[in-house]
Amino acid sequence: MVKIHQRKFISADPEKCVGCQICEYACSYSKEKAYNPIKSRIRLVRVNQLANMAVTCRLCEEPACVAACPRNALSQSEDTGNIVLDKDKCNGCGWCIEACDYGAMMLHPETKVVYVCDLCKDKPDGPQCVKWCPEEALTVVTSDTLAQKARISVIKKLFQEKEEKQ
Amino acid sequence: MFGYAGKILYVDLATGKTRTEKLSEETAKKYVGGIGLGMHLWLSNTKTRMDAFSPENPLVLALGPLSGTMFPTGGNGHAFISKSPATGGVAEAVAHGTFGTELKRAGYDAVVMTGKAEKPVYLFIDDDSVKLRDASHIWGRSPGEADDVIRDELGDYYIRVAAIGLAGEKLSKISGILNDKTHVAGRTGLGAVMGSKNLKAIAVRGTCDVAVAKPAEFLDLVQEFHERMKGPAAKKYRTLGSIESLSINNDLTCMPTNNYEMAHFMNADKISGEVLNEHFVIKIIACNSCAMRCEHEAIIREGAYKGTMTRLEYDNVWALGPNCGIDQPNFIIKAAERCYYYGLDATSTGVAISFLMDCHEKGLLSHEQLEGIDPHFGNANALVNLIEKIGKREGIGGILADGVKVAAETIGKNSAELAQHIKGLEVTGYDLRCLKTAALGAAVSFRGADHTRSGVLVLDLKGIVESLKAEVGRGKLVKEFEDVTNLLDSLMICKNAKGTFYGELVDIAKVYSITTGIEVTPEEMAVAGQRIQTLAKLINTRGGLTREDDTLPWKVMNKPVPDDGPAKGSVVTKEELDLLLDDYYQARGWTKQGLPTKTQLKELGLEAYADIVKED
Repeated sequence: MVKIHQRKFISADPEKCVGCQICEYACSYSKEKAYNPIKSRIRLVRVNQLANMAVTCRLCEEPACVAACPRNALSQSEDTGNIVLDKDKCNGCGWCIEACDYGAMMLHPETKVVYVCDLCKDKPDGPQCVKWCPEEALTVVTSDTLAQKARISVIKKLFQEKEEKQ
Repeated sequence: MFGYAGKILYVDLATGKTRTEKLSEETAKKYVGGIGLGMHLWLSNTKTRMDAFSPENPLVLALGPLSGTMFPTGGNGHAFISKSPATGGVAEAVAHGTFGTELKRAGYDAVVMTGKAEKPVYLFIDDDSVKLRDASHIWGRSPGEADDVIRDELGDYYIRVAAIGLAGEKLSKISGILNDKTHVAGRTGLGAVMGSKNLKAIAVRGTCDVAVAKPAEFLDLVQEFHERMKGPAAKKYRTLGSIESLSINNDLTCMPTNNYEMAHFMNADKISGEVLNEHFVIKIIACNSCAMRCEHEAIIREGAYKGTMTRLEYDNVWALGPNCGIDQPNFIIKAAERCYYYGLDATSTGVAISFLMDCHEKGLLSHEQLEGIDPHFGNANALVNLIEKIGKREGIGGILADGVKVAAETIGKNSAELAQHIKGLEVTGYDLRCLKTAALGAAVSFRGADHTRSGVLVLDLKGIVESLKAEVGRGKLVKEFEDVTNLLDSLMICKNAKGTFYGELVDIAKVYSITTGIEVTPEEMAVAGQRIQTLAKLINTRGGLTREDDTLPWKVMNKPVPDDGPAKGSVVTKEELDLLLDDYYQARGWTKQGLPTKTQLKELGLEAYADIVKED
């Protein structure tokens, strides 16, 4: 069983994300052989020109989607932390969609069952959105690497400010 | 079909009736998409000359075969085509963003809108369901506000909207159609055509897949263009943005200043790309599918108009800045923001204001006409006040709202000499007196004064040709550049990405073949480029435009560049213009009057329009 600090998910850096939606195309093509954002596991939100960010599954420690499913169609992989769907059990009721705080669960327009990011577990070169992002805004992270990054960034800023004052 | 949706949507705005027609592979290949397909649809749905504001004038919205795919920039654009109220010829403007992708997923390659709605409406295209909805509650509001209200009331955040502002509603001939809030199909007065139909906005939601013919090769091609976009061809746009041109043009003494009174702006360093990026630009964002983000969002952090946010490019900064003698960034940013708010073409708006300033400085305006505004060059408050008046079509703004050609007719005296336009469309930020290849490009540009129709000015700017010389051979250069541009505008490739098409026609043919599965050669693509140019010429000819309209603004031909430097004293003389025109028409295989021959029309498969041109 993978430890919580080793669990990987995809994170978008809002400073770097420019809202180009290439991640959506890369995902929908890779997963569905079609260019269609509504079949993408990662979705871009542009709240205004300055606020752009792509959102996908964060592989929560206590996934609300799994807890919400009344038919036990969703489970969390002990190996990877991925959310796994039993297609035969899902009836598309959408409780998981309502439960997810991030909008990462979606109902497929054709199969009528829900789908969610699986980090392209079958792709040798990893998540396709990360591969294609032209701004390197998407990275595969763990909660620990995210915290490290934030820590390093704030300390750098602090010392930079100090140097500027001197 | 691959790439194409294979369907054209027709909407009668008077009755709300809609129908669809199949897009045949033959038509698709012949006209490519975008402006080519749009002009074909406009011509094939009209019979005689008409007024641009008559209900019969079709407003055509067209996409390319790449729209909705992952191909960088080609995936995200759309073109509007109609008859222009500003020029009487073809109205053509393209814009990018996300709007076009949604329309492709709704299942259409083009929408042909005719008729006039009885009261303000907006068109909602929701896949197969196409409806007119009441727009009385958003009439008068800005395109951005209309966008928010529509998405809110339809309950889908991902609906994409193209809308007009107050200027378009009030039939301003310098108004455009805005999509995704910061993108403008700005030139040739298309906003007014939409306004004349009582059509406030077009909202689209599309859920269909978009597929390409050769998926693996297509992805390789996308990858290759992503790499090109990370390289030198796109560096300018990725870093300082198009505003980099400001210092370059100024240093070359070819930046029109104070309405062409000068070609050099003394205070350019106060509003250079470096200054604007350091102090105002807060974020650079991208259109859908683009790997070379170039949209510079600026915000005023302190001083006048604090908190104002807008998009900056060379075009709006030049038109509202140096062109009006203004060097205060806060006012230029505010003015740019107001243009977006009212749905005005910032280039034409800036030139209209500089024209008024010029008239005022030369004493052509009465005190009453000015209504307390003192529009001297450099008066930044007057700039912002005048945009408000143009947007609302109030007082003096009403005179400017139809562009400089019409304004000069109203003001009279010798004000026509100060009106910097070609065919009724205002000039852009490159001094044509010292860029003579660009001057020819602008003179023959089918939509009026515009550097982007051929993009040939790059030859002048980079010293590839002698920019101060008019000589035989330039005609062929302009033709070749135009053909490539016509194709890019039909594939909906962004002009900022033009530099990444190193292989020009070879690249274009390759992208087209892999996407659509319709095999084409570079030579066939060149013919398509000529065909599209000919379509535009036919529309212009039907509109009454002749060789006399392929001309240059009075100052370009009569007022020598006054600034010290290599261009000092330069003008384009009548003799030079005639030489260049003859050379260009010859390169196109046109008559001395600039008309295609019947034989040529037949070769291009345009013989159905032979009645438009009378043989010499």
